[in-house]
Amino acid sequence: MPDATVLPDTTTTDGALLVLAIVLPAAGVLLSFVLGGRHVERIAFVLLPSGLVLALVIFADVWRSGHRLIYIVGDWKPPLGIALRADGLSAAMMATMAIVICAVAVFAHADFGTRAGSVETRTPFAFWILLMAIWGAMNIVFLGGDLFTLYVALELLTFAAVPLVCLDGRAETLQAALRYLLFALLGSILYLVGTALLYGSYATLDIVLLSRRVHMEPATVIAATLMTVGLFAKTALFPVHLWLPPAHAGAPAAASAVLSAVVVKGSFFLVVRLWFDVMPGMLGPAGAQLFGALGAAAIIFGSVVALRQQRLKLLIAYSTVAQIGYLFLMFPLAFDTVSAQLQSGSALTGGMLQAISHATAKAAMFMAAGLIYAALGHDRIAELGGIARALPMTMFAFALGGVSLIGLPPSGGFLAKWLLLEAAVATGQWWWAMVMLAGGLFTSGYMFIVLSRALAPAEQPLKLRINVPRYQEAAALALALTSLLLGLAALGPVDVFEVGRLDAMMVMPR
Amino acid sequence: MNAATLFGVCGATLVGFGLYGLVTNPEPLRKILAFNLLGSGVFLVFGVVSKRAAASGLGGDPVPQAMVITAIVVAFAATAMAIALVLRLLQETGRATLSSDDPGGTDTDRGNA
Repeated sequence: MPDATVLPDTTTTDGALLVLAIVLPAAGVLLSFVLGGRHVERIAFVLLPSGLVLALVIFADVWRSGHRLIYIVGDWKPPLGIALRADGLSAAMMATMAIVICAVAVFAHADFGTRAGSVETRTPFAFWILLMAIWGAMNIVFLGGDLFTLYVALELLTFAAVPLVCLDGRAETLQAALRYLLFALLGSILYLVGTALLYGSYATLDIVLLSRRVHMEPATVIAATLMTVGLFAKTALFPVHLWLPPAHAGAPAAASAVLSAVVVKGSFFLVVRLWFDVMPGMLGPAGAQLFGALGAAAIIFGSVVALRQQRLKLLIAYSTVAQIGYLFLMFPLAFDTVSAQLQSGSALTGGMLQAISHATAKAAMFMAAGLIYAALGHDRIAELGGIARALPMTMFAFALGGVSLIGLPPSGGFLAKWLLLEAAVATGQWWWAMVMLAGGLFTSGYMFIVLSRALAPAEQPLKLRINVPRYQEAAALALALTSLLLGLAALGPVDVFEVGRLDAMMVMPR
Repeated sequence: MNAATLFGVCGATLVGFGLYGLVTNPEPLRKILAFNLLGSGVFLVFGVVSKRAAASGLGGDPVPQAMVITAIVVAFAATAMAIALVLRLLQETGRATLSSDDPGGTDTDRGNA
């Protein structure tokens, strides 16, 4: 579908929605500081659903009109001003993240709820503020139209994510948070050097303008390399994944779900923006294969280590390392050898669907693991016997999440891997297909280990330490079902990813 | 060698020192200091970029200056957060280290602080 808004950028009719998507979370955070800890949960419960409605409206708008939504801040046009743009990718990711964050909020009500008349404590206050901050930062990541705004969004995301890791204040989570922060800071400073070099060469950081001016020269190559390495460190792509497992496994369940499902997708989204939108012709065949090789190494390494874990939360965290690998397989598969640039097509759609289905499935799995931990007082996989009988709904949610990770139909993971496999066959790159199939096998392996233990009868009658609230189980199950039914998107909005992409393609010099 | 080149070389050197320190030093506090050194180098590079675009009669391109102010604020906030984490880690365990083979919590009683 051709995009009418080729040149120049102007604010579209519903462009103000994009501003609202950024202002709402910011207002929520500020209001929370003003009103204090006893009201912060109520603020979140008003704002998060409105954010979900807003994201769905933007998604429907982009999908139906087939055009990007654009808002020029203060009517100052780029290169001097800042543009907010919602294309198909951003609209779809925004909607997904809003769904996940709302489900996490429902789940977190049990752990971080502030009941009327209760004493104000710091942990719930911090949690709700950080949750809203992550939501806002993700929206800026998805909508930001220039690389420096995206840098600020990336930092906001880090500053909101790191304290979530150490909410409980135990020594090992503090250590994990510090390690995460150092990795993230190194990543963002490398990204910042890249923006400086790009600005020095092309005098703009606006994505659309930059994509027209950018060409192969040493400064650009160095800038792109530094930015990519920085973003890899933040996305925890193998071999810079070391911070992820302790950070994600040590955090409270609701926080783990946000970190694994939402936060790593932010920096991944920037990698996609950088290479598909800003410089699709710069990656080159070798670069694309290198991205794919790192992704493949992540899949194999993450899966093998996940198989050997004794604790459930660590297993899920290593599974995240592996699933992130799939996201990077789309780069070699989207590489078109004729035009020597990254093409949007089934590979890009598959990669983004993988991000979306992983977000929903992994959030559900971390929530389920959190409930199991709360009920048993431990999460040692070998001693899970009987839990499936005690918490059937939770285990069902966990298993459905696994179904999506493995890629069984009709899950979102199935559609994503199907599209990636199709692209692998179409471009004759059978080795990536092998990696994907091996990854699926490994994933079934570690899911089988957990499920067989959980479905086994208990050695002695299980005594659950707490009564798991039904709504927490329902939140996990709802996300798992979303992930399962995402495969049906093939019947509907799967072409939304193409919205707003043609514009950038046409103006790229061959 | 004109001023822009000189500042560029200085920025690159600082980045190099900072990167080396960040990667090789095991001490969290030294890592944070190295990060600041690295940041200063990057800010200098921004200055060079601003100066290089100064042909049109202005003393310097204001856009990189605006960006570097933002970046300095961000780096300051990051440093504050990292220091807070290190301090809290010190309070909890009596030592601030990142080595994973000794997760700290077990050493609380010995407390060599």
